[in-house]
Amino acid sequence: MKYQNNILYLSGNLLKGSIPGLLKQVSHFTLRDLHTIDLQDVADIDSAGVAFLDEIIARTGREQVQIINKSPQVAQSIETFSSLGLKKPAVPARQSFFYQAGQFLYDWWDSLVWGTYLTADILYWSVVCLFRRKGLRKGAVINQGILIGVDALGIISLLSLILGLILALQSAAQLRQFGANIFIADLIAISMVREMGPMMTAIIVAGRSGSAIASEIATMKVTEEIDALRMMALDPVRYVIVPKFHAITICMPLLVTMSTLIGIFGGLIIAVTYLDLTPIAYLNQALNILTLKDVLVGLLKSLFFAWVIVIISSYYGLRVKGGAEGVGKVTTLSVVASIFWVIVLDAINSLIFYF
Amino acid sequence: MDIPLIEIRNLTARYGDETILDNISVDIMPNRITVILGASGCGKTTLIKNIFRLYQPSSGSVKIFGREVTDMDELEYEEILKRIGMLFQNGALINSLNIFDNIAIPLEQHTRLPLEIRDRIIRVKLKQVNLAHTELLTPAELSGGMKKRAALARALVLDPEILVCDEPSAGLDPLTSASLDNLILNLKELLNMTIIIVTHELASIHRIADHLIFLDQGRVIFTGTLAEAKKSTLPAVESFFQVGTF
Ligand SMILES: Nc1ncnc2c1ncn2[C@@H]1O[C@H](COP(=O)(O)OP(=O)(O)OP(=O)(O)O)[C@@H](O)[C@H]1O
Ligand SMILES: [Mg+2]
Repeated sequence: MKYQNNILYLSGNLLKGSIPGLLKQVSHFTLRDLHTIDLQDVADIDSAGVAFLDEIIARTGREQVQIINKSPQVAQSIETFSSLGLKKPAVPARQSFFYQAGQFLYDWWDSLVWGTYLTADILYWSVVCLFRRKGLRKGAVINQGILIGVDALGIISLLSLILGLILALQSAAQLRQFGANIFIADLIAISMVREMGPMMTAIIVAGRSGSAIASEIATMKVTEEIDALRMMALDPVRYVIVPKFHAITICMPLLVTMSTLIGIFGGLIIAVTYLDLTPIAYLNQALNILTLKDVLVGLLKSLFFAWVIVIISSYYGLRVKGGAEGVGKVTTLSVVASIFWVIVLDAINSLIFYF
Repeated sequence: MDIPLIEIRNLTARYGDETILDNISVDIMPNRITVILGASGCGKTTLIKNIFRLYQPSSGSVKIFGREVTDMDELEYEEILKRIGMLFQNGALINSLNIFDNIAIPLEQHTRLPLEIRDRIIRVKLKQVNLAHTELLTPAELSGGMKKRAALARALVLDPEILVCDEPSAGLDPLTSASLDNLILNLKELLNMTIIIVTHELASIHRIADHLIFLDQGRVIFTGTLAEAKKSTLPAVESFFQVGTF
């Protein structure tokens, strides 16, 4: 390469591999007055080579730079790959603070309204579909029941047992100091029935089934399956969401009951082995301390948790934007939101029933 | 011209128990446009994926650039892949990246070109597929045909020696389709590209095909030039040119 009388003489091949080096060499010359590029000795050129020539021309700030002595092959490559005159797209300007704040509020309001509609829709059809089976897929509720309920049995049992063991073990030492061994039954029974059973089951269901619901619906939306259902005169809410709603309504109280029983059993193990209680004494004490209200409130609360999980997961699933990567995003959001609202609901519930 | 660029020998492919490709042997010659034809579902996509090791063939061997790739070491095979551009049947753009970044991936990973050069290359490729000014959009914001063209730009960005296109013109209007055909012909000349195309479009076949490969029921039933194919008396081939499409 040399630069004489405002003419740049290039030689060799202008291919991807050699361009980085050539570009460095070129930046040593002041090319402001360049008017001609001589390609006498250039045999081969690819799209990177043409981009390199264009870059040199662009750096002169003028577009009337001649390229001479090019072979027909090279000339055609230049014509095919020329990037001169192609403009960079305009990056949209940042909006003002007030615009953004307004947009945020509007979006927030919009989601609220939309979410309310969806909730109403789901609740309405869940009740109506109990009596009218039209527009529901056959066997869907059972199918969903297996996915949401049966398949979760193992993990919920295991975690409830561990939780019962931990709760009992942590308090056993304290109770023992005061000779209050028998109160381990009160502690475990009440905490499992009122709080731990419903709460932990809800969190596991939100993580397992909530995420599955959100990603399934979001994928259906992204791949136009929801639109396809619509065009087959099926209501996506009825066809896809209602069966899940029914299934979770049945499964959740059952799961919570099981979780509670297993948790209490976990406590029993510690009571018998560590606090020298008999199983009969432990169970008697537990049954005595529990009221019907505790049990009913626990189950009622678990129903609300279940509905919140389905509605929130469906909401995020249907609100997916973009393609496959949007699915991942809304799934994460739905799990976070489900768990958040489960805990908030739990707090509200405690205020109402136990304050 | 005599040494095949891709040699496929006794290639058999199965999904489970079902044999999709049965003992296929064909050669792909350099600097030619080879069109693979066959009824929908006959295994064209499967053939392409087996040739380039996206699926492991049940048996058989494949040579690319004269080298056996069937059980080549992964790093070595990557060097071969850098010389190949593939357009998938449904585009396969990376959803989380915008169009510009999608096309930039091979340039970023496999060259040391400075940013301003990369920028120019990408804009040229996008212009060549009639997609100027879509750089900042995401794939989800493009139509089906636009996605396919953006994916073609990505396949072309390294000026590959072999270009493989799975139904490039499906979903495109005839004018855009014709302009892509011209681009492909042009690139074949300029860069000595070898091109493998799966297509059903008779118009497109007339414009670009140097060589045809007909697949039927898992076998290659015909290979030859367009003129030879038109004279063929094989029922499947004959009916294709009568009906115009499968
Ligand atoms: N992942 C898979 N698992 C099982 N079978 C498959 C799979 N992918 C494809 N098949 C089967 O293999 C056969 C060939 O499929 P392939 O996608 O190769 O067809 P094609 O010729 O490309 O069709 P088209 O023109 O519609 O794209 C089909 O019968 C299909 O059912
Ligand atoms: Mg296919």
